[in-house]
Amino acid sequence: MIREDSKTLLEVRGLRATVNGIEILKGMDLTVKSGEVHAIMGPNGSGKSTFAKVLAGHPAYVVTGGTVLFEGKDLFVLAPEARARAGLFLGFQYPIEIPGVANSQFLRLAYNTVQTGRGRDELDPLEFDDFVREKMKLLEMNPDFLDRSVNEGFSGGEKKRNEILQMALLEPRVAILDETDSGLDIDALRIVAGGVNQLANKDNAVVLVTHYQRLLNYIEPDYVHVTEAGRIIKTGPKALALELESRGYDWLSEKPGAEHGAGAAA
Amino acid sequence: MSSVLQNLVNKPYEHGFVTDIESDTAAKGLSEDTIRMISGKKKEPQWLLDFRLKAYQRWLTMTPPQWPNVKYPPIDFQAISYYSAPKAKKKLASMDEVDPELLKTFEKLGVPMNERAKLAGVAVDVIFDSVSVATTYKAKLAEVGIIFCSISEAVHEHPELIKKYLGSVVPIGDNFYAALNSAVFTDGSFCFIPKGVKCPMDLSTYFRINTEESGQFERTLIIAEDGASVSYLEGCTAPKFDTNQLHAAVVELVALDNADIKYSTVQNWYAGDENGVGGIYNFVTKRGLCKGINSRISWTQVETGSAITWKYPSCILRGENSVGEFYSVALTNHYQQADTGTKMIHLGKNTRSKIVAKGISAGHSNNSYRGLVRIAPSATGARNYSQCDSMLIGDQCGANTFPYIQVSNPGAKVEHEASTSKIGEDQLFYFAQRGIGGEEAVSMIINGFCKDVFQQLPMEFAVEATKLLGVKLEGSVG
Repeated sequence: MIREDSKTLLEVRGLRATVNGIEILKGMDLTVKSGEVHAIMGPNGSGKSTFAKVLAGHPAYVVTGGTVLFEGKDLFVLAPEARARAGLFLGFQYPIEIPGVANSQFLRLAYNTVQTGRGRDELDPLEFDDFVREKMKLLEMNPDFLDRSVNEGFSGGEKKRNEILQMALLEPRVAILDETDSGLDIDALRIVAGGVNQLANKDNAVVLVTHYQRLLNYIEPDYVHVTEAGRIIKTGPKALALELESRGYDWLSEKPGAEHGAGAAA
Repeated sequence: MSSVLQNLVNKPYEHGFVTDIESDTAAKGLSEDTIRMISGKKKEPQWLLDFRLKAYQRWLTMTPPQWPNVKYPPIDFQAISYYSAPKAKKKLASMDEVDPELLKTFEKLGVPMNERAKLAGVAVDVIFDSVSVATTYKAKLAEVGIIFCSISEAVHEHPELIKKYLGSVVPIGDNFYAALNSAVFTDGSFCFIPKGVKCPMDLSTYFRINTEESGQFERTLIIAEDGASVSYLEGCTAPKFDTNQLHAAVVELVALDNADIKYSTVQNWYAGDENGVGGIYNFVTKRGLCKGINSRISWTQVETGSAITWKYPSCILRGENSVGEFYSVALTNHYQQADTGTKMIHLGKNTRSKIVAKGISAGHSNNSYRGLVRIAPSATGARNYSQCDSMLIGDQCGANTFPYIQVSNPGAKVEHEASTSKIGEDQLFYFAQRGIGGEEAVSMIINGFCKDVFQQLPMEFAVEATKLLGVKLEGSVG
């Protein structure tokens, strides 16, 4: 929700980035304030997922220009793990499997590491067990998730729920959810979206990267941004997503020059 | 490979020191005279000298195996000293009499012998450069009829058992290095569990090569009679040297009817430096015979050291319903090479075997699993399950799997599963995105990968193994 007393959490200006020498991001601009929900949409290869990974610090990408401030501080001086501890969360499109590592063990290490980074107390295994089970109810997860290896043999929906569970545990200031809706059936989508809605509050912000309007039926965005060729070419209210669904992206890219600069409007 | 990974895998060897104990080392070279000298020094009976000489004659006709997937310059067997014994010769009745230098060595290794032996309830038969200098808990074990002593001692005190079993599982001409060992072995452990006795504690031996360029040729023999059971732990660390050292041990296990032998190894010989200079050549023959019905032999090994490892702990499943198991973690880094695995030879009816092998390669190392599952025509109802997983860290290392399966009985069931995975940027990034740094992430991934093997280890060894992998793979990140 757009609020008057909100704080700027994320401020991206002219961000450029390359992978294997190829420029993918060509001047992204985005401002995210507390309490807001943003949706980033756009055709395949337009830079949506790259944007998410660059912010989180994926080592394959090289930042070649622009600035990103996270709660007023330069994000790029922080290592990826320090960004996570500072409160930047990425919900992965393809969560990786870690055979042999129990989910409970992984979740507790992540939780305690982030807590310690914020100067708070760690939880011992028993305390953590109570804590995580409570959070799992939010996502209607079976407790046997805790004993299984991280993401191993999980269905698409289970993996995405596990991502949102991690978001619930780590309480980020800015959560970027990269195609969290892909591969979800309608029930799983409802559960995952319900989880995100419960976690969103006036102090944090959610950035949804998605292909489809349907997620936005469940999580209502304050802003919809359209990316093309590594830039945000249009920003609008929720209605823009509906328009995209009926008209596609082509009508926007016919006159990209006219929309430049609008991306910063958020 | 990212710099984080490179730093992680480059932690130096922590056990690199030489204990200053006066040694009695033989001149280099191998001949019949050398063998007579060794046998004479140990005051051995004629039959054992004959055993050695026969092995030596066989060895002269043999050549080193060429088939392993390892590379090294030819070994000059005349440049090796075949006997080295600490000069402190007096008989030691208690731990207090042990050379303080030796005790200090164990302190540095993090294995204070006193504590380990007394607090952990482990009887430690210390092998220190070929001669056993301290044996603890012997009396207590003797109460239940268990013999646990050095093999030299057993030659004198239990010649009938040694005569009966020595070379019965690994014949003197079995392979080049087994023949060499049979000719020149200096000491090792002997363990005999009589009928119906469950060994009340884990038996443990610490092997340690101490004198530079002294070949170490241990000989271990473990016999479990009908209904007996024992868990045996072998751990290895070695000081740092720049010249290669040959380590060619032979281990023989015999399990009679309903007997159970569990043999666990943590091997951390000096692996050479980060440029591949120095390190131990670990060419070992380990084999167990499930002679009796319902017998079981289980090998668990965690191989992290040595410049080259050539080792295939095997089971011959002769008794009906006998079971062979092999659980292995082999970790190689820098320029280490490992060609290791097992052989499961099914002869008896309804014999079963299980193989779980985990290979981890980092740096420029090369790690091969080589395993044979043979089902003889007589082995009706035999079953085998094999699982071989490889993990690569970085892009300069190699992992290979060479499974040999020979089935001569149509009723047998053999399963083989294999996988290769890589600790890549994406895996580490996932951890990083959850606030977990590279070092902790690698440690967690590796321990998860090895879990199926570690849970086979006795508790204190599992802790040590986890620590060892940590030493090998963790370091300063930055």
